Amino acid sequence: MFPKWFDKWNRDNPTNVFGPAVAISAVGGAVFVAALLVTWGQPYATESLQTGPRGTGMSVPEFKLDLAKPDPSIESFLASTSAPVVPRGGEQTAGEARENVPPGLEGLTVENYDRLLAAMRVWTGIPDLFESPDNYQTAVGHVMIGMTQNLNEEWSGHVNANKEVGVTCYTCHRGQPVPSDIWFKISPVNESVEGWSANQNRVTVQSQYTSLPSDALEKYLLDGESIKVHDLESRVAGVPGTDGYPGIQQAERTYSLMNYVANSLGVNCVFCHNSRAFYDGAQVTPQWGTEILGIEMVLELNNTYLVPLEGLLPENRLGPVYADAPKAACKTCHKGYQQPLQGTNVIGDWPELATTSGTPDYSN
Amino acid sequence: MIEYQNIFTQVQVQGTPEMGMDDTGGRLMSERAGKPFFSTLVGWLGNAQIGPINLGMLGVVSMISGFMWFFIVGLNMLAQVGWSLPEFLRQLFWLSLEPPGPEHGLSMPPLNDGGWYIIASFFLLVAVCAWWLRTYQLAASHKMGKHVAWAFASAIWLFLVLGLFRPILMGSWSEAVPYGIFPHLDWTTAFSIRYGNLYYNPFHCLSIVFLYGSVLLFAMHGATILAVTRFGGDRELEQIVDRGTASERAALFWRWTMGFNATMEGIHRWAWWFAVLTPITGGIGILLTGTVVDNWFIWAQEHNFAPMYDGSYGYEAYGSYEAFIGKGE
Repeated sequence: MFPKWFDKWNRDNPTNVFGPAVAISAVGGAVFVAALLVTWGQPYATESLQTGPRGTGMSVPEFKLDLAKPDPSIESFLASTSAPVVPRGGEQTAGEARENVPPGLEGLTVENYDRLLAAMRVWTGIPDLFESPDNYQTAVGHVMIGMTQNLNEEWSGHVNANKEVGVTCYTCHRGQPVPSDIWFKISPVNESVEGWSANQNRVTVQSQYTSLPSDALEKYLLDGESIKVHDLESRVAGVPGTDGYPGIQQAERTYSLMNYVANSLGVNCVFCHNSRAFYDGAQVTPQWGTEILGIEMVLELNNTYLVPLEGLLPENRLGPVYADAPKAACKTCHKGYQQPLQGTNVIGDWPELATTSGTPDYSN
Repeated sequence: MIEYQNIFTQVQVQGTPEMGMDDTGGRLMSERAGKPFFSTLVGWLGNAQIGPINLGMLGVVSMISGFMWFFIVGLNMLAQVGWSLPEFLRQLFWLSLEPPGPEHGLSMPPLNDGGWYIIASFFLLVAVCAWWLRTYQLAASHKMGKHVAWAFASAIWLFLVLGLFRPILMGSWSEAVPYGIFPHLDWTTAFSIRYGNLYYNPFHCLSIVFLYGSVLLFAMHGATILAVTRFGGDRELEQIVDRGTASERAALFWRWTMGFNATMEGIHRWAWWFAVLTPITGGIGILLTGTVVDNWFIWAQEHNFAPMYDGSYGYEAYGSYEAFIGKGE
C-alpha cells in the first residue's frame, strides 16, 4: 500500500519506534496533565478545620468544592420562614378562632397561629396538616410539636451549643412527610446463628455498610447501653463479658456507632476525639461534650416521643422487621453536616416552637 | 539496560522435566505425584517447571484438614444468608464465621453461636501444624537446615497467640479472631481501640520495625544482587566462599554509601532474623494485651513512653465552623 521507495527505505533503516513512542507518550501525557493542573487548578483541593493542638494531626478536611456549596436546604427553609407578628395584647387567640388547634398552641394569636400552621405544612410536606382530628397525622403532629418545643427548651446545650439555631419541623422533615435518615430495628441480620454471630457482618444502613454490628443504634440510642469500652488504668483484671469487662465485640459495636456519627456529621474521629487516646476526657475536643449531650438527647427523643408513635402510625410507616416506630439519630437532623442546615438559625422566627409553656417570648 | 528494569526472569530453562534426587532409597520418589510440565508464563516469574509435588502423609492430612476449615467457614457464611448464592457472593467480604460470644467463656458453645468456629479452628490448627511438620520433614529428607521450618514456626507462634494462647489466658474464646475478610479487620481495629491504642505497645512498635525492615532489606538485597549479576553476583553461594568482584563491588557500594555493609552470607541472616522477629515480637505484644496491660496509652504514659502535651491544650487554636464553610469570620 505504501510506495516501493518507502518500503525499501524502511527495510534499509530498521528502527525501534516503540521505545521512543513509549517515552514520548509518557512525557507528553505528564506535560498534558501538568498543564491541566496549572491552568484549571487542583480539582480535589482540601481545606482543614483545626480541632486540636498544632502538629498533632487534629483536623477535619473537606473538599473546597464541597465547602463552596452551601446546603441547598437552607434556601428552601429561608423561603418558608416569616417574621413573627408581635402581639400587642387583646388579639383573638387561635383557640377561640380556629378549629383543631394542637394542644399548647391555643394561646397564640390568630396571625401567628396561621403563620405557623402554613409553615408547618410546608416543612412537613403535608398540605392538610391538622385539618381533620381523625387523621393519624394529627395525633402524631401533636406529639411532634411537643417534641420540638422540648428540644428547644430542654436540650439547648446540644441544639444551641455554639449559638442560637434551634430546631423546627424542617430540621428533620425537609419538606417530606417522613424525614430521611430514620432507622428501624433490624438485628439479628444473619440467619441460622445466635448472639454476636447474628448481629453483624452484613451490608446494612445501620452499620453504615461496614461489617460492624448492625444493632449499635438500637443498643446505644434506644436501650441506653454504655458506649465506653476502655479501661482507665493500665491493668484491669477481668474476663471478657463478665463483671463489666468489655470484650472485642463491644468495641466493634462502639466503633459501629462512631462510624455512624462521623458519617452523619460529615466529620472524622478527631472532630471529637484525640485519636491517640479515644477515651481520654482530658484530650477530647469541646465537640465531645456536645456529642455526649446529643446522645442523651436522642435517647429521650426515641424513648419519650418516637417509640410511643407505634400505636398511632399506620402499618406502612412501621419498620420492616419488627413493625417498630421509626426512630431518630444524628443523621435525621444533621444530614451529613457538622451543624444542621450549616448552623442556620431556624428558631429566631418561631418563638412558638421554642417553649413548652404555651406563651411564646416575642421580645427578641 | 532494559533487561535490568524488568520484573520478569530473563532466562528460562525448559527441557526434560527434572525429577530431583532421592536420598531415602525410593521413599521420596514414590511419594512424588503429578506429571511435570512446563509453563512459559510461570517461567517469567520463577522456574518454568510445574510439579511433581511431594505431598506425603502430612501433606494429605494438612490439605484435608485445611479444606475442612475452608468449607466449614464457607458453609456457615452460606447458611447466614439463607443459602442464597447471589447474596453469598454479594456479601462475601462482609460475611464471617465468628468466635463464640463472651458469655460462653472457654466452654464448648452451641454450634450456631461459635461452636462451628471452635470446630473449624481445630481443623485449621491441625492443617497448619501438619504443614509445619511437612516443611521440617522435607528439609530433613533433603539433608537441609531447618531454617524454613523455624521461620514458619515464628508465624505459627503469632497464629497460636491470636487463636489459642491469648483466648485461654483471657478465659474466653470470644477474644479470638473471626474468619472473614472485613470482620477480621474489624477485629484488628477494635482490638487496638479496646486496649487503649496498640501503637503504644512497644512490642507492636518492634514488630512494625521488623516488618518494614524486612521490606527494606529485601529491596536492598534484591536490587544489589540484580545489580551485580553481570559480574556473577547471582551465584551467591559461590560468592560466599569464594568472594569475587561481584561481592567486592556490592560491598563497596554499600560501605561507601552508608559506612557499613553486610556480607554475601550475612545479608541472608539479616533478612531471616528480621522476617522471623516480626511475628515473634508481634505475638509477644498481642499476648501481653489484656493479660498484663489493658490500656497501652496509660501504660505508655506511666513508663514515660507517650508524651504529655505541655501547658494548655490549645482550645484557642480551634477553627471556627463559620469560617470553614465560608460564612462569617
